[in-house]
Amino acid sequence: MTVFTCILFLFLIVCAVAASLSKSLLNTVLIFMSYSLVMSIIWVILEAPDLAVTEAAVGAGVTTVLFVLTLKKIHAIMGANAAEKEAENELEYRRRRNS
Amino acid sequence: MSRKVPREQYEKTLSFKLKTWLEGSRDPYVGNLEMRPQSLRQEDEAVRRRLQEDKKQARDRAYDTEHNREMVLFKKLYRIFSLLFCVFLVSMLLIGVADLPPFGEADKPVNNEVSQRYIEKGLQETGAVNIVTGMILDYRAFDTLGESHVLFIATCTVLILLRADQEKGKNGAEEWEANDRAYEPKNDVILQTAARLLVPFIIIFGIYIILCGHLGPGGGFSGGAVIGAGLILYVSAFGFARTERFFTAKTYKWMSFGALACYCLSKTYSFYTGANHMESVIPLGTPGAILSSGLILLLNICVGVVVAGTMYTFYVMFRKGGY
Repeated sequence: MTVFTCILFLFLIVCAVAASLSKSLLNTVLIFMSYSLVMSIIWVILEAPDLAVTEAAVGAGVTTVLFVLTLKKIHAIMGANAAEKEAENELEYRRRRNS
Repeated sequence: MSRKVPREQYEKTLSFKLKTWLEGSRDPYVGNLEMRPQSLRQEDEAVRRRLQEDKKQARDRAYDTEHNREMVLFKKLYRIFSLLFCVFLVSMLLIGVADLPPFGEADKPVNNEVSQRYIEKGLQETGAVNIVTGMILDYRAFDTLGESHVLFIATCTVLILLRADQEKGKNGAEEWEANDRAYEPKNDVILQTAARLLVPFIIIFGIYIILCGHLGPGGGFSGGAVIGAGLILYVSAFGFARTERFFTAKTYKWMSFGALACYCLSKTYSFYTGANHMESVIPLGTPGAILSSGLILLLNICVGVVVAGTMYTFYVMFRKGGY
């Protein structure tokens, strides 16, 4: 096993731990994507280029897109407008509580 | 012949009352019921304050986790059990991995006569230079057919679960999309330029992977996934109006149906000839040429079409719930 492979495996483990410990769901999805990319490089090293192409297209591409879309549907990613609206609601709530 | 009844008498009969009731031409309560304007409900200030106080107390008690004995116990047990579960899972996986033979060893149980046969006679029997493709699309083509059907059924399930409400009419889907696009720029120049440059190459690369599946690494599934990813990039850059000119739900249905039917028919042919010990009329061709290895090229194209459509449909259904 070369140094390069060792580094890749180490990165894989770090990614796996970080994905489970990350607080933000979007960060988890992005870490998962980098995990898939490194996994596809490891497939090439293990002499399975078929799997590498599939892993890169499905694991890193389509799955990530679907995850991000789902996060958007459940309002886990907040755009600038949504954050503004949230702050407004918070202010309104406080005003009502104080009066 | 029935006798004609005078009007007053007729109005007293049950059938007339039923008729008026059904038609709603007479309100039965008019004149029989006293109507009063609704008075505003007066809330007692003391009662209201007491209710609020009660609610606040209940909430404080529920969220006072430090003094809630059940919560404290649950938290402790939860930590202990999650730790135990993690240790159990990790040890089970490690024990399982420890039983595996070392990587790359020659005399491990996977290297039996089946793989021997695949390696020795694969090229001669299937005509595919890529042994993996020869295996999954010739020796084990029945499994691959099942996989394609699983994908098709998964898409059908997504279509059923995520379809936008049709009862609202055509506005339903449009409203959905308007909501969806509320927080993002409509025409992003960076994204559009990148997509214009990249999408043709991505799709050509996908087609190359599908067509050369029997010559090099690749095949229907990976090529289809690449084409699907290219279509998704195109759609997210240019919007649904551009893609719906050539790709709608109807197109997807007919594409999938055609590809699966083509797959089924061609495999039926080879199963029939194989089971009856007949020679297949389809020539295997010279190994290494693009038109070689019998039906594998056709099967690869079928699988690729199904997978590309499925990926794109997943995206569309997740995005706006309908074509």
